[in-house]
Order: sequence, then C-alpha cells, then structure tokens
Amino acid sequence: MSTVPFAIPRPTYPTGVWSWITTIDHKKIGVLYGVTAFVLFIIGGLEALLMRIQLTSSNQDIVSPEVFNQLFTMHGTTMIFLAVMPLSAAFFNFVIPLQIGARDVAFPRLNAFSYWTFLGGAILLNSSWFLGGATNAGWFGYAPLTSIEQNPGHGIDFWIISLQVLGVASLAAAFNFVVTIINMRAPGMSFMRLPLFTWMTFITAILLVLAFPVITVALIELYMDRTFGMNFFNVAAGGDPVLWQHLFWVFGHPEVYILILPAMGIVSEIIPTFSKKPLFGYGTVVLAGAIIAFMGWMVWSHHMFTVGLGPIPTSVFVITTMAIAVPTGIKVFNWMATIWGGSVDFKAPMLFAVGFIALFTIGGLSGVMHAAASSDAQQQDTYFIVAHIHYVLFGGAIVAIIGGIYYWFPKITGRMYNEMMAKVNFWVMFIGMNMAFFPMHFLGLDGMPRRIYTYDSNMGWDFWNGVSTVGVLVLGTSFLIFIINIVTSWRSGETAEADPWDGRTLEWSIASPPPEYNFEVIPTVYDRDAWWAEKRGKVQHGVPVGGGSDEEEHSIHMPQPSYWPLIVSIGLIISAYGLVFHSGNFIVASVGLLIGVIGVYAWAFEPVNEPE
Amino acid sequence: MAQATADHGEHEATTTGLNHRKMLMWAFLGSDCMFFGSLIATYLVYKNRSLEGPLPIDVFSIPTTSVSTFVLLMSSMSMVLAYSALRRNRMKTFRVWLASTAIMGMTFLAFQVFEFRVFANHEVVVDCHAPIGELSIVELSVRNDKTVGCEATGHDEVEKQVGLTPKTNLFGSTFFTLTGFHGAHVTIGVIWLLTMFFLSFKKGMVTPERNLDLDLAALYWHFVDIVWIIIFTVVYLFGVFPGFA
Repeated sequence: MSTVPFAIPRPTYPTGVWSWITTIDHKKIGVLYGVTAFVLFIIGGLEALLMRIQLTSSNQDIVSPEVFNQLFTMHGTTMIFLAVMPLSAAFFNFVIPLQIGARDVAFPRLNAFSYWTFLGGAILLNSSWFLGGATNAGWFGYAPLTSIEQNPGHGIDFWIISLQVLGVASLAAAFNFVVTIINMRAPGMSFMRLPLFTWMTFITAILLVLAFPVITVALIELYMDRTFGMNFFNVAAGGDPVLWQHLFWVFGHPEVYILILPAMGIVSEIIPTFSKKPLFGYGTVVLAGAIIAFMGWMVWSHHMFTVGLGPIPTSVFVITTMAIAVPTGIKVFNWMATIWGGSVDFKAPMLFAVGFIALFTIGGLSGVMHAAASSDAQQQDTYFIVAHIHYVLFGGAIVAIIGGIYYWFPKITGRMYNEMMAKVNFWVMFIGMNMAFFPMHFLGLDGMPRRIYTYDSNMGWDFWNGVSTVGVLVLGTSFLIFIINIVTSWRSGETAEADPWDGRTLEWSIASPPPEYNFEVIPTVYDRDAWWAEKRGKVQHGVPVGGGSDEEEHSIHMPQPSYWPLIVSIGLIISAYGLVFHSGNFIVASVGLLIGVIGVYAWAFEPVNEPE
Repeated sequence: MAQATADHGEHEATTTGLNHRKMLMWAFLGSDCMFFGSLIATYLVYKNRSLEGPLPIDVFSIPTTSVSTFVLLMSSMSMVLAYSALRRNRMKTFRVWLASTAIMGMTFLAFQVFEFRVFANHEVVVDCHAPIGELSIVELSVRNDKTVGCEATGHDEVEKQVGLTPKTNLFGSTFFTLTGFHGAHVTIGVIWLLTMFFLSFKKGMVTPERNLDLDLAALYWHFVDIVWIIIFTVVYLFGVFPGFA
C-alpha cells in the first residue's frame, strides 16, 4: 500500500488517552458510549431537577418562563437522544459481538465513527446553552413554534443540526449492527438460537435504519424554511403544520420502540439467568418483539388525536394502538412464567428486572388508556401523559439499563460491584421513582397542563407537586449511590470470575474482562442458551474453526486503531457549527465538509490491517 | 472503505456467505428509500395546494426532461457493461464504459442546472383574448396585473417574468428540495465513479478480483436511477398530463 495518499503513521497506543481516542475495539467503544451517555443522563436529570424545584409549590419564580421552556425541551431531547439511546448503544457495542461469538463488529472503524459523531452531536446540542440559548419548542418541535418568525434565535438551529448529526451516528451504528448480527454469528448460531438481547438489538437496528430518514427529511424541510425562506410549514403560503406532526411521529413512534426494545432484551437476559430456567416461550418473545416493531409503524397518529383527523382515521389508530398492547402483554406474561417455578436468586440485576416488569406494566396500562381517543382528549397535554412516559421510559428503559449495567459489570470491568449497595440502590430508586411520577397521574387527571412554568395556589396542586419534587430528590440519591458503587467497585472491587452468575450466553464463557480478541477459538453453538448447554454437558465441546488453537492464535488479526473515524467526525461537527452560524455564507460548513471528505478518502485507502 | 477491506474482505468467511460491505450497501439503500419516500410524500401532500403560480403545468417541458431521463437510464446500461468488462479483465473496455457512465451522469446534472435556471426565469405570455376559464393561476395573475396586465396596458398580448424559485410557493419548495437531493446523490455517484476511473490507472487498485468495489458503486448508481424514474413519473408526468394533474 505504498500508494496510500494522505499517509500518516498508523496509531499504535497500547494504553493511555490516545489508545481510547484511536480505538476501534467494540468493548472500549461500548465503555466510551456508556460513560458519556451516563454523564449526559446526569445533565438531563439536573435539568429535570431544576424544573421540579420550580414546580414544588405554587407561584414560584426560581427560573423564568423562557428558561423553563428551554429546560423541558432540552430535558426531553437529552434523555431520548443523548441518554437512553446511547446507553442502549453501549450495550449493543459491548455485548453483541460477545453474545454471537465474534471478535468484533463488522465495521470496527465505522463503529468508532458512530461514537465520535454522537459525542460531537451531544457537545453541539449542549453548547447552545452558552451560545445564545437552547432550543425551546419542545422535543417534538411542532411547527409553527419553530418558524424563524416565532423563534428567531439559534436555539432551534442547534436542535435541528444536532439531531441530524446524532442521526448520522445512530444510522452508522444501526447499519453496523444489522450486518454484524446477520453476518458474524458463530457456526451453529442460527437465528432461533440468538440470545434475546441480540434479537431485540437486531429489531431495534432495523427500526433505526427505517425511521431515522423520516426525521432527517422533516428536519431538512424545517431547516430549508428557516434558512432559505422556503414554505414547507409556512401557513401564509399554504403550508400545513400538521405535516410536521405526521413526519415527526412517523419517526417518533418507532423511536419509542427503539428506546424500549433494548431494555426488554436486557430483562430477557437477566430473568432466565437468575431464575435458573430457560426463557419461557422464546419463540413467542422473539415474535412479539418483531410484531411490536412492525405495528410500531401503524400507530403514530395516536399522538395527534386532538388534531382533528376525523372519525375514521382516529378509529383506525385507536384500534391499532390497543392491538399493539397485545404483543407487549405477551412479553410480560412470558417473563412472569419464566420466574414461575424457577429457583429465583434476587441479586441486584434481578431486582431491577422485576422492578422493570412492575413499573413498565403500570406505564403500559396508562398507555392503553390514552389509546381510547375520547379519553385521550381529556389527558392530552396534561401531567397524566408525563406520568405515562416516565413510567415507560424511566420505570421501563432506565431501570432495565441500570439492571443491565449491574448484570454485565463483572464482565466489563473484571470486578464485582457491591451487592448490598446495589440492592439499596434499587429500593431507593424504586421508592423515589414512584414518589416522583405516580402523583403526576393525580395532577394530570385534575387538569394540570404539562409544560407550564408555574400554577396558582387555588388550583390545589401544591401537595402532589411537593411530593413529586421530594421523589426526584430521592431518585437523585439513588443515582449518587449508583455512582459511588460503580466508581469504588471499578477501582477496588473484588476480582470477578469469568462466569459469576452461571450465565447462559457466550459472553460468560470467556475471561472477565474479555481479551482484546474476545474468543481464542470461535465457539461452535449447538443449542439455544449455548453456554448453559455446554456447561451442563449436553453437547460436545466446540469444534474450533480453521484448525487447532495453536494455529488460530497466530492468525488472530484484530483490526488496528485508526485516526480517520475521529477526523471525519471532527469535519462533520465543524460543518454542523457552520450550518448553525451561517450568516448567509457557508464557508465554515464547506471547510468542515472538505475535512470530512479528505477523512473519508484516507479511511477508504487505509487497510484494516497494515501488511506485515 | 472502498479499498480497505478488499484485501481480505472478499474472501472473508461470513455467516451467510454474503460480503459485509454489500450487505451494508443494501441496508443503506433501504434507509435511502425511506429518505426519498418522505420527500416524495411531502411533494404529494402539497400537490395542488400552492396558493400562487407557477405550477408544474406552467414550467415543465416533458421533451427536455425526457432527454435527460433517457441519458440517465442509458448510464445504468453502460454501468452494467463496465462491470461486465471488469469481470472479464478487459481494462480498456472497462474504462470506456465507466467514463461513459460518469459523463452521462454529468450530462444529467447539466440538464438539471439548465432546467433550474429556466424555471427561475420563467416568462409568462398571455393572450388577452383567450377565455379566462382556460388560463392557469399564474396566467390569470399576469393577465390581471396592475402594471403589465391586459387592462392596464390595453395590449392584445402581455408578458411578465414569473420565476419559480424554492421561495415562490409550495411547489417550488417541494420540487427543488426533492430534485436537489436527488441531484446531490447523482453528484456523489459521479465523484465515486471518477475516483474509480482514475484509480484504475494505478496498478492493482481496480482488478477483476476486486470487482466488489465497482459492484457497490453500481448498486448505488442503479438505485439513484430508479429513484429518478419514480420522480420523473410522479412529479413530471403526473404534473402535466390531464387526468393526473
């Protein structure tokens, strides 16, 4: 490869900061994703805390209405795009190659690019606080709130462009995981032997591939309106703000399942392991996940029941929305049937998984209530909806994710977490979560609108708002416990065995933490719950692929680190800032584009491995 | 990525036997379907909802756009011939067909630039004696114009420049955004093909064994072509012919 243009020396940093910056190891990228997303989760949580403090009692003015608008918009956007999605991505990265018996993902450098682009998008969005104010039109950004006349600042532009950047990151990751899961399974790992978490990741990745282009187009149209004076959502020229709502929710409802399916996958891993039983009705759970993903495309207008679509479309969306509760219910019953009659070990991950079932079911039930359009007309834009989304996204996604972090912590770090502290963590979180969000049901039914910055004392909403704020403080305490547990255990926890939970899947068959190449010999899979089958002596030992292990060890060629994914991401972010602050010319954006193009070419001409 | 994984990529053992990069390209095209699908859906939602002209019936010239459509379709054929020549190691033939494909792509883009300019400088000529019912919205507005209209000037025939830009009306916004993003796709395709063309002069960069690199470019190129067939039908033909418009 002497003809390589733009040649710079290949990075070779075994340790230190640069080894992380140039890494393309899926495990390190997973850790980067997890830590970054958790920091952003804390930022989103602090935004929520500020809002809760403002709403603790009536007629307060701790934050101004303008800041309050920015807070709820940034809280929603941050939690969805910068916390739950990348926290799920952290698990995809770390766990998937290990579960399917692969040495890395299909495109390791593309994987690094996904992470750096995500980080860039997160910085871009949050830098808006210091560069003229954050976005303030809600995470859904309804037209015409976002028009240049109504909203002349840069906040909306930051929101548009950072969502585009995050979309690029999510799409790149989704392509990667679709290919990895289809094409890098170990011998014998048929689709119906895939671990459930891998299945749910696969379904999520397909949803991402198909849903993100829709929001991309909606955001492009909005950007065209704001920047070039086009008419997509300009009512004066005949434009229709409802089109924005359709485009947004055609993306937005699959997005809901993008957030929850990975959490369901995590729970489906934890429950069988700690019940010492295979998952009840494996095929049904897989099918239910697929049906949820498919039907997720047919329910978007239930976000728009009060728009006035007419009785026929409304009825259709009522029926599809109620129907989608069925596959979700099937999953809940399968998890319960797995626990039933098992020898259940209530370690911390199991507590979180069972907590997930309870809390997610409460959120699911209020979801079915909104599905009835007549009742939704009363609940629309009230705190009842806020209660619902927090039961499914906090009680569902976040509780499962924290459980997942405890479950895979020994594998990721090679150390055990503190079990006692983790159990306290769960109970404090469980109590705090219910204190914070359950009263919102009462407030909502009593008519308290969401997104108001204060209310009058004669409304009678003081008491439950006060309870809710105390609940948030309890929740905050639970995350302090979590951080202390994770940090101290990571530094000085007991050394973890390779298989501390008597695990079922292949990641538990290798050392904790796994070596860089994961599997010395690519395993052969003979059964669902492959590692249980092997430990229980149900199958013969794995036949190594490509000859004996000696030969194998010499031929393990791991992809080598690279600068280019980072450089392409940097080009993209420079471009993004150029698009936000364009002032009529796009010089900065073009410079960023040029850097990106140079990076793409250099990337293309750089071999995965340097020839020896 | 084009070159990178080729060293071992094409013979890499995969679960399905399909190459990773080819599967990635199919996943990307699936995603791109939703991208153009959303743009076309927006166009259709706003069809016939512009409050003022010019409209498709005023500006489109089906013969002109048919020529550029034909050129783009032929480029798909030469793409196939280029790929076939590369597989059979006929490098000269390969280069001829590859260059033809790129040139036809550039011809299409030139037509698009020309067309955009014509639309932006659209002149409306109105016969003042024509029945009012047969005039389009934009013709009516010119006829009744307070300075250059029929009554204002008293002429038998009046004319005015009423350009179509992205700002003019809903049709302008949706049309230029949709066809503009298609044009951007063609541009990327042309750059990709030219890169492969110049690489083919370097030893060992474009070879029959590494035909996957060209295969991926071809997949992309055909996809962009198919999208244009849909745009040409839905936007141009349905925009002009009675019964559809």
